[in-house]
Amino acid sequence: MSLLSIKNLTKRFGGVLAVNDVSFEVGTGSIMGLIGPNGAGKTTVFNLITGIYRPDQGEITFDGKSIVNLLTHSIISLGIARTFQTIRLFQNLSVLENVLAGCHSRMKSGSLRAMLRTPFQRGEEKAALERAVQALEFVGLRPDAEQLAKNLSYGNQRLLEIARALVTGPRLLILDEPAGGMNEQETTDLITLIRKIRDQGKTILLIEHDMSLVMRVCESIVVLDYGAKISEGTAETVKSDPLVVEAYLGTDEE
Amino acid sequence: MKDHRKIIYGVVTALLVMSPLFLNKYWVDVLNNVGLYAILGLSLNIIVGHAGLFNLGHAAFYAVGAYTAAILNTRFNIPVLWLLPLCALSAGLFAAIVMRPIIHLRGDYLCIVTIGLGEIVRIALINDVFGITGGANGIFGIDRPTIFGIAIRRPHEFYYLIWGFVAVAVFLFHRLENSRFGRALNYLREDEVAAEGSGINVAHYKLACFVIGAAWAGMVGVIFASKMTIISPESFSFWESVLIFTLILLGGSASIPGVILGALLIVGLPEVFRGIANARMLIFGGAMIAMMIFRTEGILPPRPRKYALSDDSSGESRA
Repeated sequence: MSLLSIKNLTKRFGGVLAVNDVSFEVGTGSIMGLIGPNGAGKTTVFNLITGIYRPDQGEITFDGKSIVNLLTHSIISLGIARTFQTIRLFQNLSVLENVLAGCHSRMKSGSLRAMLRTPFQRGEEKAALERAVQALEFVGLRPDAEQLAKNLSYGNQRLLEIARALVTGPRLLILDEPAGGMNEQETTDLITLIRKIRDQGKTILLIEHDMSLVMRVCESIVVLDYGAKISEGTAETVKSDPLVVEAYLGTDEE
Repeated sequence: MKDHRKIIYGVVTALLVMSPLFLNKYWVDVLNNVGLYAILGLSLNIIVGHAGLFNLGHAAFYAVGAYTAAILNTRFNIPVLWLLPLCALSAGLFAAIVMRPIIHLRGDYLCIVTIGLGEIVRIALINDVFGITGGANGIFGIDRPTIFGIAIRRPHEFYYLIWGFVAVAVFLFHRLENSRFGRALNYLREDEVAAEGSGINVAHYKLACFVIGAAWAGMVGVIFASKMTIISPESFSFWESVLIFTLILLGGSASIPGVILGALLIVGLPEVFRGIANARMLIFGGAMIAMMIFRTEGILPPRPRKYALSDDSSGESRA
């Protein structure tokens, strides 16, 4: 049973074919990796899934429903959450407020309820605060709740992005280079965290350049090169695929 | 530190409540203007301070409110204060309609379009659109407001009406800031892509803050019209928009005390220094430049929101 299914996805930027007829499925409860050399189109695939770009061709279905023409915020509220390759936190707001942003789509109170401060609105605020604190505890940032996001270390900023994504209550979590800028210890902790998230019943799709992380954590891997899928399978299959080796190391010209 | 602030706010409030007792008509009227600009500032602060959208055409919404009140009052004799909700609605609706197609514009582009919007409204009023705005002469003979049968005429009476209105605005805007709505505006100011990616309907919130800001400006328009009893297009010039914009920047954007202080300084101070009126703009300009260099966030920048975090071990260790 697949949670996310991508069929014949194509995206052009002018003359550049960024994503070329890519199809793959992400099974419910799995951890899948999307790898490939720089410029292979991995992040573009993520941006297509989350509605930041519109595909030129192809179909993306989430839980049996097409999400191709939805706006990003609607896709998020359907149960897909993401982090960004270049960290995109609300730098001048507190760590806690950054996580509260993720609670937004699970809340209802608008401006009128806020001005009247109805019991419903207060209850909702309290529940959101609890959920945010829980998420911070989960990723280990609870002690930094009142810091400004920009004062966190690089690795912690990545964790904060994950916390913000988690509180949206996603079924599919998309991580774009979660280990980027992390040291070895932080990466090991991240692997534990990713497994813990999966054990909560969430599906994970990630892009990563750190091959040790990908090989250790991903149950299946899709390899992109020049926008096209060149290989798919378990870590072992992908590693021994000559096409993958060629994409990463180049061919012997002689 | 926190108590320190509370004491200052208390003293300022007490001073404001009592000031009509020892000020003459002229100075009370100056404070009335400060009050009107404070509410205008608060209404624009939602857009400029919280959502970070540059709007240099706020006078347009102010004008729509004032003219709606003037027209309905002079033609149909509807008491002006009853027109408050109606004018809020008309200004809000106007904002919703004109801003909808351009709300996706970013930064300076949006700013330029709002300048255009302000000018279009002003020129339309001069040209007597639909034959109801009275052209360059404007509309006169607007009724004074009455509360429970008491007509409000003198500056001292207006003082309590206007500053009461400021108090209500401060109360409601404070609540709005510290809510899901207020946070959403801050998120989109910080990073639009991340906000949308966190599940926030960015376009909706941008439009919503314009509608709310416009509605409040529209209500100030009602009070202004009934205070002056005569309104004309020149009261809603580009300069008005600039004034409201700068008082936010000077006082501290996204900060309620900052906006009120800004109104006091920008509207009140020039009256204090009447004697050197000729050099007024020079001093004003110099002060703005100095501030942009030394204190870019304004005189009273906003303070971080407080959240009632449960006091577990990690919370205590930070005491």
